[in-house]
Amino acid sequence: MVGIESYGVYFPLYRLSRSEIGRAWGMPSGPGEKAVASGDEDSVTMGVEAGFDCLAGIDPGKVDGLIFATTTAPYKQKALAPTIALVLGLPRTAMTMDITDTLRAGTTAIKTAADLIKSGTCKKVLVAASEVRMSEQESFDEQMLGDGAAAVLLSEQNLIADFRDSYSISDEIIGVWRKENDDYIQHFEDKLEDSFAFQGNVIEAIKGLAQKAGIELKEIGKLACSYYDPRGLLGIAGKLGLNPLAQLADPLFTSIGNPGVSAPIIAFANALENTAPRQDIILAAHGDGADALLFTTTERIKSLPPRIGIKGNLARKAPLFSYEQYAKFRKLTRRERSNPKASAVIHYRDKELEFGFLGEKCQNCGTVQFPLNRVCIICHTKDKFEKVKLTKRGKIFTFTNDYIRSGGAQPVPWCVIDLENGGRIFLTMTDCEPDKVKIGMEVEIVFRIYHQGAGFHNYYWRCRPSMKTRA
Amino acid sequence: MKTLKDKVAIVGVGYTKFGELWNKSQEDLLVDAVYEALDDAGMEAREVEAGWCGIQYEFTGVSGGAPAEFLKMYGIPFTRVENFCASGMDAFRNACLGVASGMYDVALACGVEKLMDQGSRGLPELGGARSIALQFPPAPSIFALAATRCFEVNGWNKETLANVAVKNHEHGSHHPKAHFRKPIKKEDVINAPIISWPLGRFDCCAMSDGSAALIITTPERAKATRHKNDYVKVLGSAISVHTLLPWLHPKFDFVGFPSTQEAGKKAYEQAGIKNPAEELDLVECHDCFTITELLNIEDLGLCPRGQAGKFVAEGNCNFGGKIPVNVSGGLKCFGHPIGATGCRMLVEITKQLQGRADGLQVKDAKRGLAHNLGGAFTVAAVTILGRNDT
Repeated sequence: MVGIESYGVYFPLYRLSRSEIGRAWGMPSGPGEKAVASGDEDSVTMGVEAGFDCLAGIDPGKVDGLIFATTTAPYKQKALAPTIALVLGLPRTAMTMDITDTLRAGTTAIKTAADLIKSGTCKKVLVAASEVRMSEQESFDEQMLGDGAAAVLLSEQNLIADFRDSYSISDEIIGVWRKENDDYIQHFEDKLEDSFAFQGNVIEAIKGLAQKAGIELKEIGKLACSYYDPRGLLGIAGKLGLNPLAQLADPLFTSIGNPGVSAPIIAFANALENTAPRQDIILAAHGDGADALLFTTTERIKSLPPRIGIKGNLARKAPLFSYEQYAKFRKLTRRERSNPKASAVIHYRDKELEFGFLGEKCQNCGTVQFPLNRVCIICHTKDKFEKVKLTKRGKIFTFTNDYIRSGGAQPVPWCVIDLENGGRIFLTMTDCEPDKVKIGMEVEIVFRIYHQGAGFHNYYWRCRPSMKTRA
Repeated sequence: MKTLKDKVAIVGVGYTKFGELWNKSQEDLLVDAVYEALDDAGMEAREVEAGWCGIQYEFTGVSGGAPAEFLKMYGIPFTRVENFCASGMDAFRNACLGVASGMYDVALACGVEKLMDQGSRGLPELGGARSIALQFPPAPSIFALAATRCFEVNGWNKETLANVAVKNHEHGSHHPKAHFRKPIKKEDVINAPIISWPLGRFDCCAMSDGSAALIITTPERAKATRHKNDYVKVLGSAISVHTLLPWLHPKFDFVGFPSTQEAGKKAYEQAGIKNPAEELDLVECHDCFTITELLNIEDLGLCPRGQAGKFVAEGNCNFGGKIPVNVSGGLKCFGHPIGATGCRMLVEITKQLQGRADGLQVKDAKRGLAHNLGGAFTVAAVTILGRNDT
């Protein structure tokens, strides 16, 4: 049996209240807040974080497939699943692919992953769904859309939920789209989109699934579903005869907003986190048709290793005080930006060092060091090193808050960090209040966009205050 | 290691005013400084047998061809020396080795940098693309890493740093060639806008243009020049290079500079100096940032480790104090045209020892030390000069 072995979630730290967006434009506003990716986050870095959460306690070397699902890939041409696979530590022989451009990319990716395993092509496949969607300013989309990522690991071992059946339909419909050069998602007619692209297609797929699998919808534990508008989700529940309070998995619209492809996968993670064994969960998503997938939880769901998950991610948040800060994060204001130098050749040579967070241990004196030296920095022994994975936690040895390179009112902290288990590294800090940085502070290491030198996305590690410190 | 002591004499010095020299090019600056040095030596340009010029940035000029072209000194060996902020002093050291080896009788050591042509928002970034894992922060952030650590370990604070700025600006207010010539108040230093915490605007030296030059020869030949009575001798000159990436060195403590310590030790050995605070009459030490001067004072052995804050606060490094540091006003008042600074300090020490300082004159100075520290505390240069009767 194929099924879900693990899940992981990532919400960016910052939340912007809908009332603040309303205030900015003098518009009415909806309830709650939305999650906003930092200026150095995109769908790739957030997919990485959800992937790390999903692989808690699991050897990434055994994961031989990765599918990245998004409508907001940071490249129009260039696959991102290989980037995420390298950072997560998957083997070079892992099968990687991106499924993009449709809102049901996440469910299609899960179905595809299951088929890869059933066919014998792969043994364990990670699906990372992640979105940072751009909405037009002064629009209701701006209040609706939020950023977030979720990941699930499919395999045939240690399953927390069995994958039992699926049903898909394909539909040509002009619902939501973004052309080659459009900055923002476009709509023609809300009612058409809600009634047919979303509700009509999802209902057809779920009913088809119930009939095919021979289940009664009234008896399922949870429906984890995409949505166009949260009210439409209630409409679906009514039309399917579901009890919305008991049976709808909360997609967290009021706390993180609607993160497109990630939305149904986040709702699915929420269902997994809050469901007893032997419950049916339907995962459904719309987008140029619809997918409906049926899972049944196992006893093992009670003994999953600890992870940040939905609860941890909801607890770990900081307010984004102003719309202006949001505009800065999303680069909605025109500013001259520096263009640091970069080289695709150096990246080719150093990618394992840069993305793998690898250091080395001198076999003569035992010093763990970074980056990969030829000659030991302490005992000067040449070429006697063993590569080691550095731990992504440490303490600040010294730091400065730099107002020069930041180019703005807020400084960038540069931190010398002594890592747990050895190694010293030098990183800038993100998601922080610079005034509160101090020597001895505990930090965690996160994967971020560093700059756009040479016209490509240069990703690297940064540090941020550890969650323990924040709580 | 052998010594340069008694093998090299300085017979001519020259330097430009330092500052925002909008109407001067690097050619103007180098020609002004070198011809002032030649005039001071009573020599013609054609008497120079070899030249070394400190230039850090390629926009100031690449290769020995740049200074040779400005000066039209064709046909002799001319070398551009780049060694971060020690570029100028390393040019001088190379010239000394040229004379001490017996290869050349008359050599030119000079330095020039034209920073303001590139705009004034901090030092321009260096070089081409490199691995993203080998990041190099802006200069103030590099030294701020040491300041933050010293606040923690030595109990220093913004006032400890401010004492250095106030002292050097008081000194520099007397110097006609300094970029800044106004005394400043301690509270203004402490409350200035932050550049890289904890370093504020007055903790940092300025972006400036400038050039300096020295004509050196053998002591024997010096006795036949117009400075036969007051030529200045080299007592020792050393360079030490330590890690380029201290933030990745697992044992780097950020409360001292190993390169300065090592260069100081080697220069003292050459000069036969055992107790620097007693035997030296003045020190021009690298004060690109206030924290830099404090740690260098300790590294050069002028006071015990961890005590520089107190040592400066008590006035020991003031003009008239136990061991005056940066009586010229230092980099704090002259700014730091990188390639020129080391030579500018050596010009200052030479004129002090000759009793003809342009700013405050240290009374009866016999021995003086000049020091640079460049990169990420990476390259340190120390040169000790003495009157010819020492």
